[in-house]
Amino acid sequence: MVLEILLSILLLFRLRKTLRTFHPDKEWNRILNYALIGVAVLAVLENVLNIEYITKWMWHILLLGIVFIALKKEAFATDRTIIYAVLPLILLSLVGDLLKATTIPFFETLSHYMDYAYPVAITWMIALLVRSKKQQKLLLEERRKREEEIKEYQMMMERKAELERVVMERTAELVSQKEELEHAINDLRATQAQLVQREKMASLGELTAGIAHEIQNPLNFVNNFSEVSVELSDELQQEVTKLSIAEPEKNNLFHVIKDIRSNQEKINFHGKRADSIVKGMLLHSRKSSGQKELTDINMLADEYMQLSYHGLRAKDKSFNATLDKHYDETLGKINVVPQDIGRVFLNLFTNSFYAVTEKKQKKEEAGQPYEPVVSIVTKKLGGQAEIRIRDNGLGMNRDILDKIFQPFFTTKPTGQGTGLGLSISYDIITKIHGGQMNVNTKEGEFAEFILLLPA
Amino acid sequence: MKVLVVDDEKDMQTLFEQRFRKEIQKHEMDFVFAFSGEEALKYLKEHVHEAVLILSDINMPGMSGLELLRHIKHEFVPPPPVVMMITAYGDDENYQQCMQGGADDFLTKPLDFNLLKQKLKTIM
Repeated sequence: MVLEILLSILLLFRLRKTLRTFHPDKEWNRILNYALIGVAVLAVLENVLNIEYITKWMWHILLLGIVFIALKKEAFATDRTIIYAVLPLILLSLVGDLLKATTIPFFETLSHYMDYAYPVAITWMIALLVRSKKQQKLLLEERRKREEEIKEYQMMMERKAELERVVMERTAELVSQKEELEHAINDLRATQAQLVQREKMASLGELTAGIAHEIQNPLNFVNNFSEVSVELSDELQQEVTKLSIAEPEKNNLFHVIKDIRSNQEKINFHGKRADSIVKGMLLHSRKSSGQKELTDINMLADEYMQLSYHGLRAKDKSFNATLDKHYDETLGKINVVPQDIGRVFLNLFTNSFYAVTEKKQKKEEAGQPYEPVVSIVTKKLGGQAEIRIRDNGLGMNRDILDKIFQPFFTTKPTGQGTGLGLSISYDIITKIHGGQMNVNTKEGEFAEFILLLPA
Repeated sequence: MKVLVVDDEKDMQTLFEQRFRKEIQKHEMDFVFAFSGEEALKYLKEHVHEAVLILSDINMPGMSGLELLRHIKHEFVPPPPVVMMITAYGDDENYQQCMQGGADDFLTKPLDFNLLKQKLKTIM
């Protein structure tokens, strides 16, 4: 019965191998292991107890069972060649045993011929096993290729993910660079606009200064000739007094001389007035040296408050506002660029007067009373000077407040504001003087700008 | 005392003559007028050491007051005459230039004649 034992072990090992390689299945693996143990136990029992007459049938059933399962179960499809290879041998052995078991004479003779069938079955088996081996090899090759492909695919996927990560990083880098550049360009544009504006102001200032100087030449004659004419009138009067003419005619002459004298005085008075205006203009348009010098902030603020108030009054005679001033006399002199700080004051006061004018107009239309007030308060705060410029005008809402220091932002109608006043002021206070500029406001109620300058 | 007034505006002559009419009548002062820097130089060359005082405008066509000042202070035999500059451009830069050029005084337009008379008296 050695043949059956060998075949059983061979087939079981084969099936188990197939299972492990292609279709890992715990349940079937266990069954096959038990079957192998069973075969070993059965082989030992057979030899020890000499019960071959029983076991040989068990071997046949076992083999048939294995063949049946191998042919039936899809997982073992690759092993069918082997099954077909050994099947004739199994059947031959079974038929031989069945024939031996019978006592029919015909079958007995037949069993002798059976011995000749064995070599055929073995040859068949060998041929099929060789073919199976080849198939197996091909199959394994195929499988190896498949696995390689999968590996390659996985590697490609990994590289793809890596590449995508790199691309994302680069994109983020580029986006941030682009944002930085945009920011820089915006800054440059704003700076350029401010420079242009400053240049305009500067050349306007020079022009004003030139005109103011030239006006002094004719004023020289107006003032001096009128003054000398007053003297000449007096001399004329003395001369007339000496004349011996009729009293009424003399009086008439005196009257005319008096009128001429008074006219000359008036010309002189108004000429001097023009002179003081021109001198004032020169004071404001003096070339910006850009140098910091010790400056009386109170005086500077007051000068520009008056200037912007009168500037507005010149345009609108009906305009009136209460100017509320609280100067801290202990403030002393501060090291600032007076032209620049003056420009800040001019901007802030002009805005304040604009805000109260607008509100006044609205209130008048609504028939409500309104008293415009623009105030300035200076205070010494430790090592700093605090300047508060406040108006009870229209104030600002959040949206506007966020943008007021941006260049070109203006709430004034087109052509009335450049939108650069506050942005330039902000730069002057923070960048040139290292100070602070803050705003307090309530829409419809008030606006207050607070400047802090290092004293 | 002879005073040379240099100014491109002809009215300056009338003004000075009226302003100083009493001094001229009393022969305390004698005025000569030139209407350009070149004219002033010509007069000075022809009448050496005659004019004691020169009042010159700065902004004039042709030779400016500053150039005239330099000629007077450098080319003439000492002692050079007193030179007062008169200008409508009373800024710092102009003042510095005049002082560097050797001007003895600096007056601005509109001219204050009372101040000028005082200054002349101290020189006399």
